[in-house]
Amino acid sequence: MKGLLAVWEFIAGDDWRTALGVVLALAITALIATTSVAAWWVMPLAVLGLLGLSLRRSSL
Amino acid sequence: MSAAELALFLSVFLACAVEAVEALTIVLAVGVTRGWSSALAGVGAAVAVLAAVVGALGPALTELPIDVLRLTIGGLLLVFGLQWLRKAILRAAGLKAIHDEQAAFDQETAQARAAGHRHAGFDGYSFTIAFKGVLLEGLEVAFIVLTFGANQHHVGIAAAAAGLAVAMVLTAGIAARAPLARVPENTMKFAVGVMLTSFGMFWGAEGAGAGWPAGDAALLVIIPVLAAASIAMVRRLQGAARAAGEPA
Repeated sequence: MKGLLAVWEFIAGDDWRTALGVVLALAITALIATTSVAAWWVMPLAVLGLLGLSLRRSSL
Repeated sequence: MSAAELALFLSVFLACAVEAVEALTIVLAVGVTRGWSSALAGVGAAVAVLAAVVGALGPALTELPIDVLRLTIGGLLLVFGLQWLRKAILRAAGLKAIHDEQAAFDQETAQARAAGHRHAGFDGYSFTIAFKGVLLEGLEVAFIVLTFGANQHHVGIAAAAAGLAVAMVLTAGIAARAPLARVPENTMKFAVGVMLTSFGMFWGAEGAGAGWPAGDAALLVIIPVLAAASIAMVRRLQGAARAAGEPA
């Protein structure tokens, strides 16, 4: 358990919301990719949004 | 070498050089203050652990199916890269302390002096500080080497970039006999954050089943656009800080 926590801390750092957002964005991309609609645009939008929100939380 | 391989090489080289500069500062501080033999033993032990981690996980990762590999590694790289990029943007905007190797060296040296007398022979303090410093900085490099290398099936190129960066930093450190305070570390970290996030986004989307317009060439758009957006975020934060009357 302690090891898993250390790995989580190493990868996600102090911002679990961004990590959760990345997982959700990838899931939405996978869902859209099963349809006939292009899915590549989800990740760039998600990254810019997540980065902006993360910076906002850090700078408040 | 293809454009993707070159980007892989540059990303790993820059990330590794930055971490090597930080590790060098720690080792120099304990080595200069308390003697070299135990500090270098700590470095050797940490390098052995890092080599074992890369040696054990590298081949295992490359055995995974490509889509699973890209989705997993893309996601991990994205989370990891966004952390680097956020901190780099905050540093560039003046909202987070810039990493200063000379200040870090002075602090480590003072702590090494305050740690008490050194016994003849093995010095546990020097060994532990050098081991921890190299291991912690090296783990980030090992993560980047493994994720980039395994995903493009080029662990060799990633390892060569890492090796070259360490060799160059080590040579410069031996020549200067001082912390490498003039290396543009914060700019390099900004570049690495952009690269990690861009590759994470690209591979993550591909692993999730999306196809990028123009395939691999999409990276030539993703990287500069993310860099430009990040610089715009720095400017915006600087403006907001100025408007709030804070130093930026």
